[in-house]
Amino acid sequence: MSGLPLVALVGNPNAGKSALFNALTGARQKLGNYPGVTVERKAGRLALSDGRPVELVDLPGTYSLDPTSPDEQVTRDVILGKQEGERRPDALVIVVDASNLDNHLRFAIELIALGLPTIVALNMVDLATRDGLELDANILSRELGVPVVSTVAVRKRGLDHLRQELDGLMNGAPRPYTGDAAHDFDKVRGEAQRIARAAIVRETPSRRLTAAVDRVLLHPVAGFIILLALLFVMFQAVFSWASAPADMLEGWVTALGEAVTNTLPPGIVHDFLLQGVVGGVGAVIVFLPQILILFFFILMLEATGYMARAAFIMDALMARVGLSGRAFIPLLSSFACAVPGIMATRTISDPKDRLTTILIAPLMTCSARLPVYGLIISAFIPARTVGWGVGLQGLVMFLLYVFGIVGALVAAWALRLTVTKGQSSGFLMEMPKYQWPRPQDLLIGLWQRAVIFLKRAGTIILFTNIVLWVLMSFPKAPDGVRQSEYSIAGRIAGGINVLVEPIGFNRDISLALLPSMAAREVAVSAIATVYAIDAEDDVEALDKGLGERLQGRWSLATALAFLAWFVFAPQCISTIAVTRRETAGWKWTGFMVGYLFVLAYVAAGLTYWTATALGLA
Amino acid sequence: MRLTDLPLRQPAYVDLIDWSALTPSEGQRLREFGLCEGASVEALHHGGFLGKGPIACKVGRMTIAMRRAHAAAITVRTGPEMPDMESAA
Ligand SMILES: Nc1nc2c(ncn2[C@@H]2O[C@H](COP(=O)(O)OP(=O)(O)OP(=O)(O)O)[C@@H](O)[C@H]2O)c(=O)[nH]1
Ligand SMILES: [Mg+2]
Repeated sequence: MSGLPLVALVGNPNAGKSALFNALTGARQKLGNYPGVTVERKAGRLALSDGRPVELVDLPGTYSLDPTSPDEQVTRDVILGKQEGERRPDALVIVVDASNLDNHLRFAIELIALGLPTIVALNMVDLATRDGLELDANILSRELGVPVVSTVAVRKRGLDHLRQELDGLMNGAPRPYTGDAAHDFDKVRGEAQRIARAAIVRETPSRRLTAAVDRVLLHPVAGFIILLALLFVMFQAVFSWASAPADMLEGWVTALGEAVTNTLPPGIVHDFLLQGVVGGVGAVIVFLPQILILFFFILMLEATGYMARAAFIMDALMARVGLSGRAFIPLLSSFACAVPGIMATRTISDPKDRLTTILIAPLMTCSARLPVYGLIISAFIPARTVGWGVGLQGLVMFLLYVFGIVGALVAAWALRLTVTKGQSSGFLMEMPKYQWPRPQDLLIGLWQRAVIFLKRAGTIILFTNIVLWVLMSFPKAPDGVRQSEYSIAGRIAGGINVLVEPIGFNRDISLALLPSMAAREVAVSAIATVYAIDAEDDVEALDKGLGERLQGRWSLATALAFLAWFVFAPQCISTIAVTRRETAGWKWTGFMVGYLFVLAYVAAGLTYWTATALGLA
Repeated sequence: MRLTDLPLRQPAYVDLIDWSALTPSEGQRLREFGLCEGASVEALHHGGFLGKGPIACKVGRMTIAMRRAHAAAITVRTGPEMPDMESAA
């Protein structure tokens, strides 16, 4: 804990607190145009105009100081100084949405009444202008009794003014609130309405863009079809748009491998670099374009305001499995990664609802599974179209995602009937106005994802693969025996293989299963390493792509069973860790891992036996 | 008339809310959204593809979504604004 003055950003959900936090501290907190993006306290540093540092905290949005969900609880605890090990903030910056003043002022008045030194950031004035509203910050300041600064957080407008006001605030004495209305909800609301009316100096009727777009996107039939179509295009695009850049990356990886062969003498160092590092990690890195395309879509959904619409559209269906449409947002986020998805369930107020959502979040196909799907699909599914420009590979990819979603819904339904039985909660949600994302924000978002992915490849994936390479390279196999089977890793895999042989898995897969718990992508690098090691002296084999080599060694039934397995399992260590933290214990974590493994086993088995019966072996 | 029966895009205001039909936290959230007796509302969209879906409505300057069960607890009257609101404000 630092001794710096502590300033907290508070306000309603989606007011632009995190955007302001980023603009003031240079941080890169996640933004999204839907309520409930920030779910935990995040601290950063800001220098006042005279250079003095101040600690700024970004908090989850909330509508009042009476929390109804775990994320709102955090905000209340921080503001009231009840958070364990944390000081109470010395000052508040209340962020209000200028285009929704009546509502946001109500909470602002409640906060001002706490008596802390306070500034109001009248944010999103650009949106208010779009809506035909003209506001007077001075009137607002006079009525509220605190400084009010107009800002446009995403365009960094009004920041200097805000810093100046903060300066004054940190120097001056706190001014106690003089109003007495703060404890009577209806009085505060009336007061908020009155002040909002006074502050709006002009209101010109404007086109209601959001309502017009929603007439289509929220239409009972069209809206649902558009949602499906969006997901379909998303997964098609992952395959079809990525092929050119992926080929280029593959070319680079191959060239790097050749460079290693040409510069280093044959021997252990050469083998290590070629098989364990370039071959293994390279096999994962070529999936960077696919992952970026996926994130492009997710970022678009988050930034435009469509997430809340998806929740609206899915609510009726989610209600049938005992959840609320709200839960669809964490699930959609889990397409990126289950860890933030599970964190996002903090916005769900009902504990049983929340637990159920946590338990099914890992069923959503996270981006780490993309390389596994991608590898198997490109090896075993022909790259042809099935008409109307729809690629077969993309279609299979889409079906795997749908398989995950349907699996999650069925699991939720079963859980709600048994272990997480309880009254299903309602669906109450604010629908944000649509916004068109700015290209530079999208690019920065994608850049961040690329860095995260490459860091993963360079750390956990590389590390796991190195360990695997060592275990696979020793002891050296005698002639005529496959190295991958004779080695330590091979023997361990042999043990696992007894368990998974009935569901069609071979030794390569058994080898990949354990290390892929560290990170799912390791399944790909592990298989690549197995083949590189076994092909050691076979120059021709090395020239073949990984997919081609797979075709020679796996039956289609085995490949399909492997895919089915990966829809459900394994859960990576980070998912298990975050589940433990969010469910506060091992009980539900163990349950989650257990039921998903069982599901994975059964799904893979059914797939294998069906495929074999159909003669696909 | 209940909010569920209010025709789309017809200005109305809240006449009565049956708080007992809502859980305390739902009631609180609705209040925080600005729903109270006298507030202006406008039903915008009825959702639901498989079964009856939620309702999106405008409350003040905000668009909110709620389930039909919640909307059924809200009685509305058509018209631009409650007559005695002006004088109260
Ligand atoms: N047009 C406009 N958009 C803004 C402004 N400030 C933030 N936004 C956008 O509004 C959305 C919400 O911003 P956030 O900063 O995530 O809001 P928040 O208050 O942190 O929201 P929660 O974390 O959910 O409580 C994002 O899509 C931002 O890009 C602004 O001044 N003008
Ligand atoms: Mg935020």
